[in-house]
Amino acid sequence: MNYQGSAKELLESTNISIGDTIKVIKKDISYEGMLLDRAEDADDKHLVLKMDSGYNIGIEISEASLELIKKGEKPKIELAALDIEKDMEKPDISIISTGGTVASIIDYKTGAVHPAFTADDLLRANPELLDQANIKGKAIFNILSENMKPEYWVKAAHSIADEINNGADGVVVAHGTDTMHYTAAALSFILESPVPVVLTGAQRSSDRPSSDAFLNLINSVAAAKSDMAEVMVCMHATNDDSACLLHQGTKVRKMHTSRRDTFRSINTQPLARIENGRMEILDAEKTYKKRGSFELKVNDNIEPNVAFIKSFPGIETDIIDYHLDKGVKGILLEGTGLGHCPDHMVPALERATDSNVPVVMTSQCMYGKINMNVYSTGRRLLNAGVIPGGDMLPETAFVKLIWALGQSDKLEEVKNIMLTNIAGEMEEKSSLDHFLL
Amino acid sequence: MDWDQLGLKMGLEIHQQLDSKSKLFCPCSCNLTDKEVEYEILRNLRPTQSELGKIDRAAFEEARRKLQFKYQAYSHETCLVEADEEPPHPLNEEALELASIIASLLNMRIVDEFHTMRKQVIDGSNTGGFQRTGLVATDGFLETPHGTVKIENLCLEEDAARRIETNQDGVTFRLDRLGIPLVEITTDPSIHHPEQVKEVAYMIGQVLRSTRVKRGLGTIRQDLNISIKEGARVEIKGVQDLDLMPEMVEREVQRQIKLVEIKKELKDRHANIPDKIYDVNEIFAETTSKIIASAPCVMAIKLEGFNGLVGIELQPGRRLGTEFSSYAKKLGVSGIFHTDELPAYGITEEEVIRLREFTQASENDAVIIVAHEKDIAFAALEEVQRRARMALDGVVEETRKALPDGNSEYLRPLPTSSRMYLETDIPLFAIDRDYVEKIRSNLPELPQEKKERIIKEYGLSDDLAGQLVRRNKVEDFEEILSQIKVDKTVVASLLAYSLRELKREGHNMDALDLEVIKDVLVLLEEGKVSKDALSEIIGHVADHGVTPLEAAQSLSLTLLSEDDVAKIIEEIVTKNEDMIKERGMGAMGPLMGMAMKELKGKADGKLVNTLLRENIQKIV
Ligand SMILES: [Zn+2]
Repeated sequence: MNYQGSAKELLESTNISIGDTIKVIKKDISYEGMLLDRAEDADDKHLVLKMDSGYNIGIEISEASLELIKKGEKPKIELAALDIEKDMEKPDISIISTGGTVASIIDYKTGAVHPAFTADDLLRANPELLDQANIKGKAIFNILSENMKPEYWVKAAHSIADEINNGADGVVVAHGTDTMHYTAAALSFILESPVPVVLTGAQRSSDRPSSDAFLNLINSVAAAKSDMAEVMVCMHATNDDSACLLHQGTKVRKMHTSRRDTFRSINTQPLARIENGRMEILDAEKTYKKRGSFELKVNDNIEPNVAFIKSFPGIETDIIDYHLDKGVKGILLEGTGLGHCPDHMVPALERATDSNVPVVMTSQCMYGKINMNVYSTGRRLLNAGVIPGGDMLPETAFVKLIWALGQSDKLEEVKNIMLTNIAGEMEEKSSLDHFLL
Repeated sequence: MDWDQLGLKMGLEIHQQLDSKSKLFCPCSCNLTDKEVEYEILRNLRPTQSELGKIDRAAFEEARRKLQFKYQAYSHETCLVEADEEPPHPLNEEALELASIIASLLNMRIVDEFHTMRKQVIDGSNTGGFQRTGLVATDGFLETPHGTVKIENLCLEEDAARRIETNQDGVTFRLDRLGIPLVEITTDPSIHHPEQVKEVAYMIGQVLRSTRVKRGLGTIRQDLNISIKEGARVEIKGVQDLDLMPEMVEREVQRQIKLVEIKKELKDRHANIPDKIYDVNEIFAETTSKIIASAPCVMAIKLEGFNGLVGIELQPGRRLGTEFSSYAKKLGVSGIFHTDELPAYGITEEEVIRLREFTQASENDAVIIVAHEKDIAFAALEEVQRRARMALDGVVEETRKALPDGNSEYLRPLPTSSRMYLETDIPLFAIDRDYVEKIRSNLPELPQEKKERIIKEYGLSDDLAGQLVRRNKVEDFEEILSQIKVDKTVVASLLAYSLRELKREGHNMDALDLEVIKDVLVLLEEGKVSKDALSEIIGHVADHGVTPLEAAQSLSLTLLSEDDVAKIIEEIVTKNEDMIKERGMGAMGPLMGMAMKELKGKADGKLVNTLLRENIQKIV
């Protein structure tokens, strides 16, 4: 129970608990209804009652007295297990949930929304998935995506590897959208997979009839059945509930706080468009790893102690010094324009390189490639040892640096990794097609 | 009819759009638009599962249909919130204030804390699949000549999207209306006389019109709940015309009485509805009925003990068969045929006989046929079976749609009340008692009170006062008179008639605010223009954006000074001295005409008259 302070005292003194039908009597009015819990962050001056009409109201309790009408029963959510026979004709797809809600069950009696994690829950909400594949589900964490940490990327990679070892023909990872592109990039570097690994999520929670979860999920399953053995993100292509885009895990970014089509490919074309389970390749010249062309491998060494610093007008060098003093192992800079930061930062960055801490430059423009040869500041930064990040997204470069530092502690080797395309994160050629897709 | 003996019980539910500056949960304006559509968004809705595995009845029915919808959107008139692409903004406090005023006028108790809820609606009219709504007040009352009626609830909610088109591809909605704040006022079911319903609706309407609410077609909707003792609760949606309400009630009572009679008769006959659905294609292979011949398949069911009852009239022109047909139509067929109406529509007597033989129907039984694609016809007939089984219980609880003639037709099952949960995207909103007190001590006058007061206070005619009240101009009227000393009737008729006249003539009146009207009236007060020139000046200001004085000048409508007027009159008199000498005071008429022609709009007629008279008298 979230009630606190005076509300909690009142409830305890009258021995009333959540779910009970009660009467709240005030000087000028009395209300009857079911006592509901209150949001954790709400005040302690009101009780929440669900009226017969279905409406909730808050009742101020300073001069209220309570009467118990009927003790409530603990609502228990127990649904019969689904007994689904495996269809040998269909591929086996595993859905791994990392948190958030892929499916929800609403208890309309109390108005509570229960997240559903199990494969059964998922299938009860989305029975159409079974037309596509044999679905196996597994919840590996229950965390909000903003609370994701690099260690979890490794755990997720192992869970995916387990599924593949157990015969999954493709893996779908349900993930909160906030940091999905970080996880997608991390899995791209950590995993070498013989089957598709598809990350997906929802911008409208699954308790709503308008949730985008279903379309994203069903298209993700279609992608997981395909022959693209890449780590990918599958989300709405437009505002419409008609098609999804399949993005390379290292070249995708959340670009809108709330729209369904928030995930966009940056500096590249999406890999494919999926509509009604049909996949359409958008750029025939774009290559991808074919199913079965690689053995499963998990390169799970990482060094999460990396600083992610954005350059801005007026930035002081002490921000670099602070991180170096704290023992940071790498610095990812999100510079301005072609890959710049103020001149006066150069000595501090030199100090980093001298102490074997790689500094990687990307651009806060997001679109386009770093080029540090055009202006003198860029040249000075290069001379100071700053590693140019090419057309890598800052977030991808940050994840890559964490991974690269796990592969080697030698500056030159780390630099080499950063300059080499490992998982489609860098493209040499910038096409006219690639802006604001 | 003896309403008390029938146990007639009615409740009203009134929805009224509020006239707030912006929508309930986003900054868009509350106006509908007919501009060319700028965006079209395609969406699907899915009913969410409930923990009991029990899906809401109404939601379930919708789910069986195709839940794909098109939404028309705009770059300026609507935003991401209506498109369900952005979380709702915090509650519009202006709307809550208006709702609180209405609640107070209805003697209601405003809640201590307002919680916004999500009410599941998956007919596509809300992009989210739910309507946001919250309970503002409870426990009010209204005194009527037929007794006190309790006002149970007042909710503040968002209006639904506007249904633009329904065709084979589905339904198209426009997002302009979605999110306009509405109050929903519900009475308890204690209304017990058809005339009382009308009274209550009228009185609530008066209360609403005393605050800032939208006026005009579609801005207010009335739903009626009716039951009789032996019947069941039926909700009739969209009753437009208050005067039709008593008629509507009588027809619904009639319908319920008939259904109860039919139930009793069915019981006596041991009526039964077998599950079997027959493929009767062969019977109609050579049919002369165009409707049947053009359909790919004909299917039939037998209703045992229903013969003669399907054709019984429940309301003028609507039979039990019409009710069956309404259910079947929900599944996409255009209608049904039943043996009570056959032979007809090109179906021959012989075909009917063969149909009865084929289905082994006795003369006590009715046969229903549907002609359509096989699976649709099958599903439609299952619906008819379901509805026919309900007839064994008499009146069915359902939501019906009001028809313009006073009848009603089946729309969907009554929604169960348990489909609401908290809208977690919007903070709880505490309403403190000082705020409520402040609203209570500043309540607006009801329209009738207001009209009577201004008649008494300003000596206005009944008509003029009525117009000012109806056009919501009383505040403006009183504000003007408190600041400017001009004739009351001039101001009243300017506000009540002239402004509307100007708008009708095509002047851009929306660009004018009250300050401009006041500036014009100041010119009148200062004697710079005549009252006859007011309209013309205002029209000019509206069209050209100049000041009233500039308008008066460029139209040559400024009054001349008394000296200047005197000079012009003297000139006229001098020029016409001969005529005056000849006719004496009889020259007054023609000379007045000449003077007014020259001084039109520039001098007050009374002044011209006086000066002229003086000047003539000097000569005579
Ligand atoms: Zn809006």
